Amino acid sequence: MSNFFEKSDLSRSDAESIISETLQKCDDGELYLENSKSESILLDDNKIKNSSYSSDLGFGFRAVSGEVVAYSHSNEISKNSLKQSANNLKSTLKSAKGAYNHSIPKSNKKYYQSINPIEQKTLNEKVEILNQVNNYLRSKNDKIKQVTANFSGEQKSIEIIRSGGESLTDVRPLVRFNVSVMLEKNGRKETGVYGIGGRQSYENYLKEDNWKNVCDEALRIASVNLESKPAPAGEMKVVLGPGWPAILIHEAVGHGLEGDFNRKKTSAFHNLMGQKVASEGVTIVDDGTLDNRRGSLTIDDEGTPTEKTVLIENGILKNFMQDRLNARLMKTRSTGSGRRENFRHIVLPRMRNTMMLSGKQTQDEMIKSVDKGIFAVSFGGGQVDITSGKFVFNCTEAYEIINGKIGSPIKGATLIGDGPSILKEVSMVGNDMMLDPGIGTCGKAGQGVPVGVAQPSILINKMTVGGTKL
Amino acid sequence: MVKDQEFLEKKASYCLDLAKKLGATDVSVNVGSSISETVNFRNKKLDESNRSDNLGIDITTYIGKKKSSISSSNLLQDNLNILIEKCIETTKNTPEDEFNALPDRDLLAKEIKELNLYDDNHIENDDKIKYLSRLEASASIDKKIVNTESSFTEDKSNFILANSDGFCKGFKTSSFVASSVAVAKDDKSMERDYEYTLKCHLNDIKSPEELGKAAAEHTIRKLSPKKIGSEKIAIIFDKRIAKGILGTFASAISSSAISRGTSFLKDMIDQKIFSGSINIFDKPDIVKGLGSQSFDSEGVKTETLKLVEQGTLKHYLIDTYNGKKLNLKSNGRCGGTSNLYFDNGKISYKDLLNSNSKCLYVTETIGHGSNIITGDYSVGATGFLVENGEFKYPINEITIAGNFKDMFKNITLADDLEFEYSTNSPTMMIEGMVVAGK
Repeated sequence: MSNFFEKSDLSRSDAESIISETLQKCDDGELYLENSKSESILLDDNKIKNSSYSSDLGFGFRAVSGEVVAYSHSNEISKNSLKQSANNLKSTLKSAKGAYNHSIPKSNKKYYQSINPIEQKTLNEKVEILNQVNNYLRSKNDKIKQVTANFSGEQKSIEIIRSGGESLTDVRPLVRFNVSVMLEKNGRKETGVYGIGGRQSYENYLKEDNWKNVCDEALRIASVNLESKPAPAGEMKVVLGPGWPAILIHEAVGHGLEGDFNRKKTSAFHNLMGQKVASEGVTIVDDGTLDNRRGSLTIDDEGTPTEKTVLIENGILKNFMQDRLNARLMKTRSTGSGRRENFRHIVLPRMRNTMMLSGKQTQDEMIKSVDKGIFAVSFGGGQVDITSGKFVFNCTEAYEIINGKIGSPIKGATLIGDGPSILKEVSMVGNDMMLDPGIGTCGKAGQGVPVGVAQPSILINKMTVGGTKL
Repeated sequence: MVKDQEFLEKKASYCLDLAKKLGATDVSVNVGSSISETVNFRNKKLDESNRSDNLGIDITTYIGKKKSSISSSNLLQDNLNILIEKCIETTKNTPEDEFNALPDRDLLAKEIKELNLYDDNHIENDDKIKYLSRLEASASIDKKIVNTESSFTEDKSNFILANSDGFCKGFKTSSFVASSVAVAKDDKSMERDYEYTLKCHLNDIKSPEELGKAAAEHTIRKLSPKKIGSEKIAIIFDKRIAKGILGTFASAISSSAISRGTSFLKDMIDQKIFSGSINIFDKPDIVKGLGSQSFDSEGVKTETLKLVEQGTLKHYLIDTYNGKKLNLKSNGRCGGTSNLYFDNGKISYKDLLNSNSKCLYVTETIGHGSNIITGDYSVGATGFLVENGEFKYPINEITIAGNFKDMFKNITLADDLEFEYSTNSPTMMIEGMVVAGK
């Protein structure tokens, strides 16, 4: 745990009285303190290209009155700096007449250990593994023209001090290991990328079996892409593989179920609560409580313990994801979904680990039922226009399906669909739900936060595939 | 107030001296300070105020050909001591790389050009609120507009870049940005669109009425979109999308992509990659230019480059490290381009719309579908069907796809270039791309 007041002229009791005085007529608010340490070690082009370390310290002071949020943040944890922030908040909320809501749920459950992954292994050990990764891959295949591999690790300590002095703390580890390879054959170049990560120590990734698996998978994807043909263009059936392709769920419906967009009525889902928004058999949850997962949180960034929130149950819309502000204005409770990238940003309702649960069918049945379509195994990034509901994502490994059989691999194409209607086009839900390997970062309003996704194989009746072959 | 030059220089020289003392052979330090104040409005009411006071330092230490870097937002001396020690320790343990070096001394900037990038004017939050009230009043005149959001940000920054070869320079910049987002609704659809204005000087930003009206118009005309069939069709890229294609070109000629062999434009210097009418400039010394600078992020002086001359690629964007690898001198483009733009084309916007009996006019793309290794391009798109020069109806839920190698050769530009962003393009037409729809 960080002691944020140790080297400051600001004492804890000074801070508490400034907080209580500033927030007395506000509905909500808190002082958020953060101390994070991160490192990144990158191997590229046969060399250790970069070894960097970063430490970040600061506070964000928030006051909420009605629908209005006043926020001020600074790197300097000092009496002057906090007072200046307090003045800024007060000048925005001159006419606040609320009563502070002191209630916040409590829980003793923790979903990861309070460790600092950076300190657990020396730089030399990490450099050594990256060199082994490079040698292993380059000796395996002579078409390899480029290997990039990196470790990144982070420890973030936070403290939330509410009006009245209540304090909530969390220490969050996060690591990631990523490998990217580029192959060249007859002048054609293609890449394959794979990675793993989570809220734990590096220990798991440094085992030889594990890093070799990551290398093999990146190489396999690149080899598949080297043989790919132009993708078809037009509407067709799409089978999605299990695991990471669930970013479709994240983009297509996840963002549309975040509380802020629904309170503001800018989401295509805002008037659909209790209604059927997906095929029967489709259940989607957002779960912050999975042990050591990238999207898990013991408490959210307002101090609320996280939970498993049922968003869609058997096709029916049940809940939105809420932070305290949107929950209060929509007369419901926070689902522990209030998150921020760091102290420089305000809290927004965000996803954690978003999962579609297993159904009964097999992937085989799905493929066999398709005359003409594509089978998408892995994706790069996605994006959604919340208001029109249109979303896209880019295939990084996909195959054509012809007459019930998997055919040639196809080039990376964008798939586009309509969020509110896509889940009604899901005609089969597989029995093979899988979590993603722990690599997702979600962007919203300029803030990136780590997230997870999971799903079984699914069959979608109709999506537009953005290829070049008419 | 942002920290002054003296404060930043003092921090930088403290770090340079300490790193040297602890064994670094070369050091570079960047110290920055910025203050940003934002007010957000929603549906004609105050929604959020945000004040952001940022300090940051980046230090890179070299021991011979070994290199490592640290960054921190905590500039207290105790913390800097710990970090620099750690950085030196890490440098010692990082393998050598023969290309690691500070920039050549003779390439470093000798002077800071007076480019008028800083406006000392301060706009109080109450005045931001008045601006946004006028903006939202204009944005919500039409009944079809059901939601408005707008924002005004004032940003003041200062920095010092220093290295152990004696370079020590920095300058203040300011920016004022106002944006308007509108949501419109009819029986069949709900759509969102925007407009914004971004300038170094307060007096140069657009009027709130102009901004609000434009956002509302952009949004309303998108209502009740249709989906079209899959076909090959000429595509016209609105300026705000066309600049993105220029941005992809810039990533593909960055020396890091070239030296790693991960660009479809590798080995294309002196080759014709665009049609003969295309010229591309990167001009760092535009007065009040949003991308203007006297030197790049390593301190190397930046001068105007004609990147593409009559369709032929003339320069990569070169930094010190990748330059050494490619056996080329840095041309001051560490950190990318400055004010990047296509020269004007020969035909008017109107003639461009009329040049095909049917074309797709794209106003927004979504997704990350640009692959600079293969040149493949596939993104989701929103826009309008244009027939005989007239806008017929809005279109969405389609994708557009092609390969940049072909797309670049089929670009036709209008003569309507304006300097609204740091990367700018006239309205652009590309023939021969594929639309995937129904």
